[in-house]
Amino acid sequence: MSSNVNRRLVLRGTAVAVAGAALAVPGVLAGTGTLAQAASTTDHSGHGGPATHGGPVPFDELYQGRRIVGKAAEGGHGAHHGGGFAVSIDGKELHLMQNADGTYISVINHYETYADPRAVARAAVDKLRGATLVPIAT
Amino acid sequence: MAVRKNQANLTATEKRNFVNALLELKKSGRYDGFVRTHNQFIMSDTDNGDRVGHRSPSFLPWHRQFLIQFEKELQTVDASVTLPYWDWTADRTTTASIWGADFLGGNGRPRDAQVTTGPFAYSGGKWPITVNVDSRQYLQREMGAGVAQLPTRAEVDSVLAMATYDMAPWNSSSNGFRNHLEGWRGVNLHNRVHVWMGGQMSSGVSPNDPVFWLHHCFIDKLWAEWQRAHPTSTYLPAAGTANVVDLGDTMRPWNNVTPADMLDHTRFYTYDR
Repeated sequence: MSSNVNRRLVLRGTAVAVAGAALAVPGVLAGTGTLAQAASTTDHSGHGGPATHGGPVPFDELYQGRRIVGKAAEGGHGAHHGGGFAVSIDGKELHLMQNADGTYISVINHYETYADPRAVARAAVDKLRGATLVPIAT
Repeated sequence: MAVRKNQANLTATEKRNFVNALLELKKSGRYDGFVRTHNQFIMSDTDNGDRVGHRSPSFLPWHRQFLIQFEKELQTVDASVTLPYWDWTADRTTTASIWGADFLGGNGRPRDAQVTTGPFAYSGGKWPITVNVDSRQYLQREMGAGVAQLPTRAEVDSVLAMATYDMAPWNSSSNGFRNHLEGWRGVNLHNRVHVWMGGQMSSGVSPNDPVFWLHHCFIDKLWAEWQRAHPTSTYLPAAGTANVVDLGDTMRPWNNVTPADMLDHTRFYTYDR
Protein backbone atom coordinates (compact mmCIF):
# COMPACT_ATOMS: atom_id res chain seq x y z
CA MET A 1 0.00 0.00 0.00
CA SER A 2 2.54 2.56 1.08
CA SER A 3 5.02 1.70 -1.67
CA ASN A 4 2.18 2.00 -4.15
CA VAL A 5 1.36 5.45 -2.84
CA ASN A 6 4.99 6.49 -2.99
CA ARG A 7 5.33 5.30 -6.56
CA ARG A 8 2.27 7.31 -7.60
CA LEU A 9 3.66 10.39 -5.92
CA VAL A 10 6.95 10.01 -7.75
CA LEU A 11 5.19 9.55 -11.08
CA ARG A 12 3.05 12.60 -10.44
CA GLY A 13 6.11 14.68 -9.59
CA THR A 14 7.83 13.56 -12.79
CA ALA A 15 4.85 14.53 -14.87
CA VAL A 16 4.81 18.00 -13.37
CA ALA A 17 8.54 18.43 -13.97
CA VAL A 18 8.23 17.36 -17.61
CA ALA A 19 5.33 19.71 -18.18
CA GLY A 20 7.29 22.56 -16.63
CA ALA A 21 10.28 21.89 -18.87
CA ALA A 22 8.10 21.76 -21.96
CA LEU A 23 6.62 25.13 -21.07
CA ALA A 24 9.97 26.71 -20.47
CA VAL A 25 11.66 25.80 -23.76
CA PRO A 26 9.63 27.58 -26.45
CA GLY A 27 8.54 30.49 -24.27
CA VAL A 28 11.84 31.93 -23.19
CA LEU A 29 12.91 34.95 -25.19
CA ALA A 30 14.70 37.47 -23.05
CA GLY A 31 13.83 35.94 -19.71
CA THR A 32 16.19 33.38 -18.37
CA GLY A 33 14.80 32.14 -15.13
CA THR A 34 13.05 29.25 -13.61
CA LEU A 35 10.78 30.18 -10.76
CA ALA A 36 13.54 29.37 -8.31
CA GLN A 37 15.98 31.62 -10.11
CA ALA A 38 13.46 34.41 -10.40
CA ALA A 39 12.67 34.20 -6.72
CA SER A 40 16.31 34.67 -5.85
CA THR A 41 16.83 37.61 -8.18
CA THR A 42 18.14 40.46 -6.13
CA ASP A 43 17.38 44.13 -6.33
CA HIS A 44 20.07 45.58 -8.57
CA SER A 45 20.08 48.79 -6.61
CA GLY A 46 21.47 46.80 -3.72
CA HIS A 47 18.74 47.88 -1.35
CA GLY A 48 16.12 45.57 0.06
CA GLY A 49 14.39 48.04 2.34
CA PRO A 50 10.99 49.56 1.70
CA ALA A 51 11.03 52.40 -0.83
CA THR A 52 14.68 53.15 -0.23
CA HIS A 53 16.76 55.34 -2.51
CA GLY A 54 14.18 55.58 -5.24
CA GLY A 55 12.88 52.02 -4.94
CA PRO A 56 13.37 49.04 -7.26
CA VAL A 57 15.05 49.21 -10.66
CA PRO A 58 12.53 49.60 -13.52
CA PHE A 59 12.36 46.77 -16.05
CA ASP A 60 10.77 46.02 -19.41
CA GLU A 61 11.45 42.53 -20.72
CA LEU A 62 10.02 39.44 -22.35
CA TYR A 63 9.75 36.51 -19.95
CA GLN A 64 8.30 33.21 -21.16
CA GLY A 65 6.89 35.13 -24.10
CA ARG A 66 5.07 37.65 -21.91
CA ARG A 67 5.98 41.32 -21.71
CA ILE A 68 6.55 42.29 -18.10
CA VAL A 69 7.03 45.92 -17.19
CA GLY A 70 7.84 47.45 -13.82
CA LYS A 71 8.13 51.17 -13.26
CA ALA A 72 7.39 53.92 -10.80
CA ALA A 73 3.66 54.18 -10.19
CA GLU A 74 1.96 57.23 -11.69
CA GLY A 75 -0.43 57.65 -8.79
CA GLY A 76 -3.46 55.55 -8.02
CA HIS A 77 -3.48 52.12 -6.49
CA GLY A 78 0.13 51.03 -6.94
CA ALA A 79 1.41 54.31 -5.64
CA HIS A 80 0.66 53.38 -2.06
CA HIS A 81 0.24 49.56 -2.06
CA GLY A 82 3.16 48.72 -4.32
CA GLY A 83 5.65 50.90 -2.52
CA GLY A 84 5.46 53.45 -5.33
CA PHE A 85 5.99 50.80 -8.00
CA ALA A 86 3.61 49.29 -10.57
CA VAL A 87 3.91 46.06 -12.56
CA SER A 88 2.06 44.92 -15.68
CA ILE A 89 1.94 41.72 -17.73
CA ASP A 90 1.12 42.28 -21.42
CA GLY A 91 -0.22 45.68 -20.47
CA LYS A 92 -2.57 44.45 -17.73
CA GLU A 93 -1.89 45.62 -14.19
CA LEU A 94 -0.63 43.01 -11.74
CA HIS A 95 -1.77 44.09 -8.28
CA LEU A 96 1.43 44.47 -6.28
CA MET A 97 2.03 44.99 -2.59
CA GLN A 98 5.19 45.71 -0.65
CA ASN A 99 5.70 44.09 2.73
CA ALA A 100 7.13 45.75 5.81
CA ASP A 101 10.44 43.91 5.32
CA GLY A 102 10.82 45.28 1.78
CA THR A 103 9.78 42.09 -0.03
CA TYR A 104 6.85 41.95 -2.46
CA ILE A 105 3.74 39.87 -3.13
CA SER A 106 1.12 40.04 -5.86
CA VAL A 107 -2.53 39.09 -6.09
CA ILE A 108 -1.43 35.97 -8.04
CA ASN A 109 1.14 34.81 -5.45
CA HIS A 110 -0.36 36.27 -2.35
CA TYR A 111 1.02 34.04 0.39
CA GLU A 112 4.74 33.98 -0.44
CA THR A 113 7.19 36.83 -0.67
CA TYR A 114 9.65 37.77 -3.43
CA ALA A 115 12.77 39.90 -3.34
CA ASP A 116 11.67 42.49 -5.88
CA PRO A 117 8.89 43.37 -8.36
CA ARG A 118 10.61 41.59 -11.25
CA ALA A 119 10.65 38.32 -9.33
CA VAL A 120 6.95 38.77 -8.48
CA ALA A 121 6.13 39.44 -12.14
CA ARG A 122 8.04 36.37 -13.33
CA ALA A 123 6.38 34.18 -10.70
CA ALA A 124 2.97 35.45 -11.84
CA VAL A 125 3.80 34.62 -15.47
CA ASP A 126 4.76 31.10 -14.39
CA LYS A 127 1.45 30.70 -12.58
CA LEU A 128 -0.63 32.14 -15.41
CA ARG A 129 0.52 29.54 -17.98
CA GLY A 130 -0.53 31.84 -20.77
CA ALA A 131 -3.77 33.09 -19.18
CA THR A 132 -4.61 36.80 -19.21
CA LEU A 133 -4.87 38.98 -16.14
CA VAL A 134 -8.36 40.39 -15.66
CA PRO A 135 -9.44 43.30 -13.46
CA ILE A 136 -10.71 42.02 -10.15
CA ALA A 137 -14.47 42.17 -9.85
CA THR A 138 -15.20 44.29 -6.80
CA MET B 1 -24.51 23.37 19.87
CA ALA B 2 -22.95 22.78 16.47
CA VAL B 3 -19.84 20.60 16.50
CA ARG B 4 -17.11 21.09 13.93
CA LYS B 5 -15.42 17.80 13.08
CA ASN B 6 -12.17 16.58 11.59
CA GLN B 7 -12.92 15.97 7.90
CA ALA B 8 -11.12 12.63 8.09
CA ASN B 9 -13.86 11.35 10.41
CA LEU B 10 -16.90 12.47 8.42
CA THR B 11 -19.37 9.82 7.31
CA ALA B 12 -20.23 9.46 3.64
CA THR B 13 -23.55 11.19 4.37
CA GLU B 14 -21.85 14.09 6.15
CA LYS B 15 -19.46 14.56 3.23
CA ARG B 16 -22.32 14.50 0.74
CA ASN B 17 -24.37 17.01 2.73
CA PHE B 18 -21.43 19.41 3.01
CA VAL B 19 -20.65 19.19 -0.71
CA ASN B 20 -24.30 19.63 -1.68
CA ALA B 21 -24.60 22.73 0.51
CA LEU B 22 -21.49 24.21 -1.17
CA LEU B 23 -22.90 23.53 -4.62
CA GLU B 24 -26.21 25.12 -3.67
CA LEU B 25 -24.52 28.30 -2.41
CA LYS B 26 -22.47 28.42 -5.59
CA LYS B 27 -25.56 28.10 -7.74
CA SER B 28 -27.32 30.92 -5.93
CA GLY B 29 -24.37 33.30 -6.24
CA ARG B 30 -23.98 33.62 -2.48
CA TYR B 31 -20.71 31.65 -2.51
CA ASP B 32 -19.01 34.10 -4.86
CA GLY B 33 -19.89 36.98 -2.57
CA PHE B 34 -17.52 35.47 0.00
CA VAL B 35 -14.74 35.16 -2.59
CA ARG B 36 -15.21 38.80 -3.52
CA THR B 37 -15.15 40.00 0.09
CA HIS B 38 -12.01 38.03 0.87
CA ASN B 39 -10.14 39.43 -2.11
CA GLN B 40 -11.20 42.98 -1.31
CA PHE B 41 -9.55 42.63 2.09
CA ILE B 42 -6.50 40.86 0.65
CA MET B 43 -5.92 43.78 -1.69
CA SER B 44 -6.56 46.55 0.82
CA ASP B 45 -4.88 45.20 3.98
CA THR B 46 -1.43 46.81 4.05
CA ASP B 47 1.46 46.73 6.50
CA ASN B 48 1.57 50.50 6.88
CA GLY B 49 -2.12 51.33 6.40
CA ASP B 50 -5.47 50.03 7.61
CA ARG B 51 -5.41 46.26 8.00
CA VAL B 52 -8.22 44.02 9.19
CA GLY B 53 -8.36 40.57 7.58
CA HIS B 54 -4.68 39.81 7.13
CA ARG B 55 -1.18 40.74 8.35
CA SER B 56 -2.64 42.19 11.53
CA PRO B 57 -3.84 41.08 14.98
CA SER B 58 -7.44 40.74 13.76
CA PHE B 59 -6.43 38.05 11.23
CA LEU B 60 -7.82 35.43 13.63
CA PRO B 61 -11.07 37.08 14.83
CA TRP B 62 -11.79 38.38 11.30
CA HIS B 63 -11.55 34.90 9.80
CA ARG B 64 -13.53 33.43 12.72
CA GLN B 65 -16.39 35.78 11.92
CA PHE B 66 -15.97 35.19 8.16
CA LEU B 67 -16.27 31.42 8.71
CA ILE B 68 -19.29 31.81 11.02
CA GLN B 69 -21.06 33.87 8.36
CA PHE B 70 -20.26 31.26 5.73
CA GLU B 71 -21.33 28.38 7.98
CA LYS B 72 -24.67 30.13 8.59
CA GLU B 73 -25.19 30.30 4.83
CA LEU B 74 -24.44 26.59 4.51
CA GLN B 75 -26.96 25.93 7.27
CA THR B 76 -29.70 27.78 5.41
CA VAL B 77 -29.32 25.02 2.82
CA ASP B 78 -28.89 22.14 5.28
CA ALA B 79 -29.21 22.77 9.02
CA SER B 80 -27.14 19.67 9.82
CA VAL B 81 -23.97 20.97 8.14
CA THR B 82 -21.01 22.41 10.05
CA LEU B 83 -17.59 23.36 8.72
CA PRO B 84 -15.14 20.46 8.89
CA TYR B 85 -11.47 21.10 9.55
CA TRP B 86 -8.44 19.76 7.68
CA ASP B 87 -5.58 18.79 9.96
CA TRP B 88 -2.83 19.11 7.38
CA THR B 89 -0.24 17.89 9.90
CA ALA B 90 -1.91 14.45 9.69
CA ASP B 91 -3.49 14.28 6.21
CA ARG B 92 -0.51 15.54 4.25
CA THR B 93 -0.34 13.69 0.94
CA THR B 94 -2.00 14.18 -2.45
CA THR B 95 -3.67 10.80 -2.01
CA ALA B 96 -5.37 11.50 1.35
CA SER B 97 -9.10 10.82 1.50
CA ILE B 98 -9.91 14.55 1.61
CA TRP B 99 -9.02 14.65 -2.12
CA GLY B 100 -11.38 11.82 -3.02
CA ALA B 101 -13.98 12.17 -5.76
CA ASP B 102 -16.65 11.90 -3.04
CA PHE B 103 -15.37 15.00 -1.26
CA LEU B 104 -13.08 17.82 -2.45
CA GLY B 105 -11.69 16.13 -5.57
CA GLY B 106 -8.04 15.67 -6.43
CA ASN B 107 -4.95 17.52 -7.52
CA GLY B 108 -4.81 19.47 -10.78
CA ARG B 109 -3.58 17.70 -13.90
CA PRO B 110 -0.02 18.52 -14.98
CA ARG B 111 -0.87 20.25 -18.26
CA ASP B 112 -2.86 23.18 -16.88
CA ALA B 113 -3.35 22.48 -13.14
CA GLN B 114 -7.06 21.93 -13.79
CA VAL B 115 -8.93 19.88 -11.18
CA THR B 116 -10.68 17.12 -13.15
CA THR B 117 -12.11 14.88 -10.41
CA GLY B 118 -14.80 15.35 -7.80
CA PRO B 119 -17.73 17.76 -7.44
CA PHE B 120 -15.70 20.89 -8.27
CA ALA B 121 -14.21 19.73 -11.57
CA TYR B 122 -14.96 22.21 -14.34
CA SER B 123 -16.38 19.48 -16.56
CA GLY B 124 -19.13 18.86 -14.00
CA GLY B 125 -20.51 22.30 -14.75
CA LYS B 126 -21.26 23.18 -11.13
CA TRP B 127 -18.12 25.07 -10.15
CA PRO B 128 -17.25 27.79 -12.67
CA ILE B 129 -14.72 30.29 -11.29
CA THR B 130 -16.31 33.68 -11.80
CA VAL B 131 -14.50 35.91 -9.29
CA ASN B 132 -10.96 35.56 -10.55
CA VAL B 133 -7.68 37.34 -11.19
CA ASP B 134 -7.14 35.80 -14.62
CA SER B 135 -9.07 34.43 -17.56
CA ARG B 136 -9.23 30.77 -16.48
CA GLN B 137 -12.68 29.59 -15.41
CA TYR B 138 -11.64 26.25 -13.89
CA LEU B 139 -10.48 25.37 -10.39
CA GLN B 140 -6.72 24.82 -10.24
CA ARG B 141 -4.43 23.00 -7.81
CA GLU B 142 -0.70 22.24 -7.89
CA MET B 143 -0.19 20.44 -4.62
CA GLY B 144 3.39 20.42 -3.40
CA ALA B 145 4.73 22.45 -6.34
CA GLY B 146 5.17 25.82 -4.64
CA VAL B 147 6.51 24.27 -1.46
CA ALA B 148 7.22 20.57 -0.94
CA GLN B 149 5.98 19.88 2.58
CA LEU B 150 3.00 20.86 4.66
CA PRO B 151 3.76 21.99 8.23
CA THR B 152 4.36 19.27 10.79
CA ARG B 153 2.78 18.88 14.21
CA ALA B 154 6.13 19.74 15.79
CA GLU B 155 6.15 23.03 13.88
CA VAL B 156 2.59 23.73 14.98
CA ASP B 157 3.51 23.02 18.58
CA SER B 158 6.48 25.40 18.38
CA VAL B 159 4.11 28.21 17.41
CA LEU B 160 1.46 27.26 19.97
CA ALA B 161 4.19 27.60 22.62
CA MET B 162 4.53 31.35 21.99
CA ALA B 163 2.90 33.10 24.94
CA THR B 164 2.36 36.59 23.48
CA TYR B 165 -0.54 36.97 21.05
CA ASP B 166 0.93 39.72 18.90
CA MET B 167 3.42 42.59 19.07
CA ALA B 168 4.16 45.99 17.54
CA PRO B 169 4.32 46.90 14.72
CA TRP B 170 1.23 44.66 14.44
CA ASN B 171 1.84 43.64 10.82
CA SER B 172 3.67 41.04 8.72
CA SER B 173 6.96 41.79 10.47
CA SER B 174 5.68 41.24 14.02
CA ASN B 175 6.97 38.67 16.45
CA GLY B 176 4.48 36.60 18.46
CA PHE B 177 1.86 33.87 18.04
CA ARG B 178 -0.44 35.51 15.47
CA ASN B 179 2.22 36.31 12.88
CA HIS B 180 3.94 32.95 13.23
CA LEU B 181 0.59 31.22 12.81
CA GLU B 182 -0.30 33.44 9.84
CA GLY B 183 3.12 32.61 8.46
CA TRP B 184 4.92 35.79 7.50
CA ARG B 185 7.63 34.89 10.01
CA GLY B 186 9.24 31.72 11.30
CA VAL B 187 8.21 28.17 10.40
CA ASN B 188 5.24 29.52 8.39
CA LEU B 189 1.99 27.67 9.02
CA HIS B 190 -1.09 29.30 7.39
CA ASN B 191 0.61 30.90 4.38
CA ARG B 192 2.54 27.74 3.59
CA VAL B 193 -0.63 25.67 3.25
CA HIS B 194 -2.03 28.18 0.73
CA VAL B 195 1.22 27.90 -1.26
CA TRP B 196 1.32 24.09 -1.00
CA MET B 197 -2.16 23.87 -2.53
CA GLY B 198 -1.30 26.15 -5.46
CA GLY B 199 -3.92 27.26 -7.97
CA GLN B 200 -6.50 29.71 -6.69
CA MET B 201 -5.54 28.86 -3.10
CA SER B 202 -2.24 30.70 -3.50
CA SER B 203 -3.93 33.84 -4.83
CA GLY B 204 -6.14 36.59 -3.42
CA VAL B 205 -9.25 34.71 -4.55
CA SER B 206 -8.35 31.66 -2.47
CA PRO B 207 -11.92 30.91 -1.25
CA ASN B 208 -12.71 29.74 -4.80
CA ASP B 209 -11.25 26.42 -3.64
CA PRO B 210 -13.58 24.91 -1.01
CA VAL B 211 -10.52 23.65 0.87
CA PHE B 212 -10.09 27.28 1.97
CA TRP B 213 -12.85 26.75 4.56
CA LEU B 214 -11.37 23.51 5.91
CA HIS B 215 -7.91 25.06 6.11
CA HIS B 216 -9.14 28.13 7.96
CA CYS B 217 -11.31 26.01 10.22
CA PHE B 218 -8.11 24.27 11.37
CA ILE B 219 -6.37 27.64 11.83
CA ASP B 220 -9.35 28.70 13.94
CA LYS B 221 -9.05 25.51 15.99
CA LEU B 222 -5.33 26.19 16.55
CA TRP B 223 -6.25 29.61 17.95
CA ALA B 224 -8.60 27.87 20.40
CA GLU B 225 -5.82 25.41 21.31
CA TRP B 226 -3.45 28.33 21.93
CA GLN B 227 -6.01 30.01 24.20
CA ARG B 228 -6.36 26.80 26.22
CA ALA B 229 -2.59 26.51 26.54
CA HIS B 230 -2.15 30.14 27.62
CA PRO B 231 -5.14 31.03 29.82
CA THR B 232 -3.58 34.29 31.01
CA SER B 233 -2.65 35.53 27.52
CA THR B 234 -5.16 37.58 25.58
CA TYR B 235 -5.77 39.40 22.34
CA LEU B 236 -3.52 42.40 21.73
CA PRO B 237 -3.44 45.36 21.20
CA ALA B 238 -5.85 46.56 23.87
CA ALA B 239 -6.56 50.11 22.73
CA GLY B 240 -5.41 53.21 20.90
CA THR B 241 -3.42 51.62 18.04
CA ALA B 242 -3.39 53.34 14.65
CA ASN B 243 -4.52 51.37 11.54
CA VAL B 244 -5.16 48.23 13.60
CA VAL B 245 -8.26 46.67 15.19
CA ASP B 246 -7.90 46.91 18.97
CA LEU B 247 -9.68 44.48 21.30
CA GLY B 248 -12.85 46.58 21.48
CA ASP B 249 -12.87 48.07 17.95
CA THR B 250 -15.41 46.89 15.39
CA MET B 251 -14.21 45.02 12.31
CA ARG B 252 -15.10 45.83 8.72
CA PRO B 253 -17.13 44.80 6.76
CA TRP B 254 -19.60 43.87 9.51
CA ASN B 255 -18.96 46.91 11.73
CA ASN B 256 -20.90 45.32 14.58
CA VAL B 257 -18.45 42.73 15.94
CA THR B 258 -15.17 43.22 17.81
CA PRO B 259 -12.26 40.88 18.53
CA ALA B 260 -13.55 40.76 22.12
CA ASP B 261 -16.83 39.32 20.80
CA MET B 262 -14.98 36.55 18.99
CA LEU B 263 -12.61 35.31 21.70
CA ASP B 264 -14.88 32.53 23.01
CA HIS B 265 -15.73 30.27 20.08
CA THR B 266 -17.95 28.07 22.28
CA ARG B 267 -20.61 30.80 22.07
CA PHE B 268 -21.02 29.73 18.45
CA TYR B 269 -19.75 26.14 18.04
CA THR B 270 -17.39 23.60 19.55
CA TYR B 271 -14.69 21.34 18.16
CA ASP B 272 -14.84 17.56 18.32
CA ARG B 273 -11.64 17.41 20.36
